[in-house]
Amino acid sequence: MTSEAADSAETAGTIPPAADPGFLQRHGGTIEYVLIPGAALAGALVVFGIFVTMFGKNPLDLYFYMYYGAFGTWFSWQNTLTRAAPLILTALCTALPAQLGMVIIGGEGALLIGALSATSAALLLQGMPPLVVQSAMVIAGVIGGGLWIMLSGALRQFRGVNETISSLLLVYIALAILNHLVEGAMRDPASLNKPSTREIGAVNMIGSIPGTDVHWGLVFGLIAAIAAYILIYHTVFGFAARVAGGNIRAAKIVGLGVSKLILTICFLAGGAAGLAGMVEVAAVQGRTNANLAAGYGFTGILVAFLARQNPLAIIPVAILLGGISASGGLLQRRLGLPDASVLVLQGIIFVFVLASDALYGRIGFLKGKS
Amino acid sequence: MDFGRISRRHVLQGGAALTLGAAAGVRPAFAADTTIGFIYVGSRDDYGYNQAHAQGAAALKKIAGLKVVEEEKVPETDAVEKTIESMINLDGASLLFPTSFGYYNPHMIKMANKYPKLRFEHCGGLWSDKDPKNAGSYFGYIDEAQYISGIVAGYTSKSGKLGFVAAKPIPQVLRNINAFALGARLANPKATTQVIFTGDWSMPVKEAEATNSLIDQGVDVLTCHVDGPKTMVENAARRGAFVCGYHVNQSPLAPKAYLTGAEWNWEALYPKFVKMIAAGESIPNFYRGGLKEEIVKTSPYGEAVSAEARKHADEVKAKFLSADGYAIFKGGLVDNKGKTVIPAGTDRGQKDPELEKMDYLVEGVIGATS
Repeated sequence: MTSEAADSAETAGTIPPAADPGFLQRHGGTIEYVLIPGAALAGALVVFGIFVTMFGKNPLDLYFYMYYGAFGTWFSWQNTLTRAAPLILTALCTALPAQLGMVIIGGEGALLIGALSATSAALLLQGMPPLVVQSAMVIAGVIGGGLWIMLSGALRQFRGVNETISSLLLVYIALAILNHLVEGAMRDPASLNKPSTREIGAVNMIGSIPGTDVHWGLVFGLIAAIAAYILIYHTVFGFAARVAGGNIRAAKIVGLGVSKLILTICFLAGGAAGLAGMVEVAAVQGRTNANLAAGYGFTGILVAFLARQNPLAIIPVAILLGGISASGGLLQRRLGLPDASVLVLQGIIFVFVLASDALYGRIGFLKGKS
Repeated sequence: MDFGRISRRHVLQGGAALTLGAAAGVRPAFAADTTIGFIYVGSRDDYGYNQAHAQGAAALKKIAGLKVVEEEKVPETDAVEKTIESMINLDGASLLFPTSFGYYNPHMIKMANKYPKLRFEHCGGLWSDKDPKNAGSYFGYIDEAQYISGIVAGYTSKSGKLGFVAAKPIPQVLRNINAFALGARLANPKATTQVIFTGDWSMPVKEAEATNSLIDQGVDVLTCHVDGPKTMVENAARRGAFVCGYHVNQSPLAPKAYLTGAEWNWEALYPKFVKMIAAGESIPNFYRGGLKEEIVKTSPYGEAVSAEARKHADEVKAKFLSADGYAIFKGGLVDNKGKTVIPAGTDRGQKDPELEKMDYLVEGVIGATS
């Protein structure tokens, strides 16, 4: 049927052109990293197509509107990239500690604390030149978010508290602190029905990348992701982190400072999410209020897992999820699908990608002769 | 009322009139097929705030020549800016209704500045002269309907203890609580209204806990001000208490327990807006009204409402509808700490700006604002 036709078309698109077996075998590992997630994505789209067909919608319309809403026009691209920007940074909050074998899911909390710190810095430095205020906001956001996740790392290293649980619970503490300050000490008395802090001022906003509507958060995210990749895969520090992630006892035996590794990586991870919070304040909201708890930290977890915790892979995955959420609106408006259908698609993709993990190294024609 | 008679020609005539009167550049030029975009912060079938707006949108769908596009669950971040732009760029929307409070500043203001020829109507914001002229804010004095609910609740309660499940202690919410409590005291001068704040707009678990805890303390009639009253209504009815609804008519959820309710009347207001535009009139940038202006209404009485209660409530309703109006907040008003908040001799009518800053709970309310 139509959905199957679409399936074969999608799959065909992801298979690289036939080449000599030597080429396939030499680059089998790299090809796998493109082929397997691509096939998982195509499979997820087919299942989602069947799902919407059951609701009486034409799956070809679905695929068209998804493409159109996410990547079909220059406006759609900007929409997608704007949504992807915070996700790159919050995904790093999960992907970096994952190198050490830690599962941190509290990026949302670091984002909120980062936003709060950045706002405080801006409010304290009112009247200073914008570049000074903005730099202070970046530093405050990174330190605020960094210390927040470092707390989880420290609890794990020195007190044996599970970092997954502690980082999640710290999200609710961060939210409570934010609400407490925004409705109390930091409240702008003029914000009657929506308690908020004072505005950081239009001159201190970081604005958009020239020629686009996309804010600078995207560039921050790209730089942070590339820097994280270099740190993890091309430095001694990153190598040590991966050794500790592989076998923490072995790392200790060879004399690696595991505590230092954990605290530093957690600080960097939280710093990335804190930077996302700073960007939300300095590029979008202009102040801190409950709107900041928009779930970017939680979507970031999904991005990190889909990217298999690889900092570079986070970039395309964040753009993909940004695109899905950008096209979600169009699906609601043109096909009458409920908002929850986007969550269904995200869920299906998640399951397919996790299940496809089992395929690595098992595709016959890509195996090299050992 | 029949708004179904606006034909395409009327809209065209309106458009022509608008073009002539567009010297000030504040009016949108309407084409024959006008597209109107509605944006909701939650689910459009939530039996609450968002459903009330969706019912208003549904009333517009019946008018020939109008196309309505809707998007639900749009967070109060730059996502709403992108949704607005997507409706403009991909759907051709020329009139937009971003309906959640947090959409107003900075998001809708930014979009109104960017698209000066299109019209933006926001629910709940406080438009001021500094804001763009193509933007407007409308809201209803729903405390008038809460006052009627209070009267009915006061008569129906056997224990004289009423309960109010509220989101946040902000002026709009406090005004509803106070109006409900004052209405109840009209019926039963000894009635008390106990309030519990859940801390956020949509907290179903806390709302259920608050409902149960109020009933455990002897409360036998409840109402609420949260985004989705469904939780409170269903739980209270299950426990054998009576309820007054909020936002929309919740009687289908609890036919026996439902007394009356304070409802929005967007299905009257939105066609009125469209009619005004079609007739070449400009919608006032700051638009407010109550029962008389048909922006709010009360639900039909349930079977449990006594004849005495109906009579008294109808009398007061008639006063609201009269040319002179009726002031809920009269001079000599004392708060629940014993302080006189409105000096004797000054009645504060519905439009009094002092009421927009309300930060107290009146005598008869058990609870604290902080």
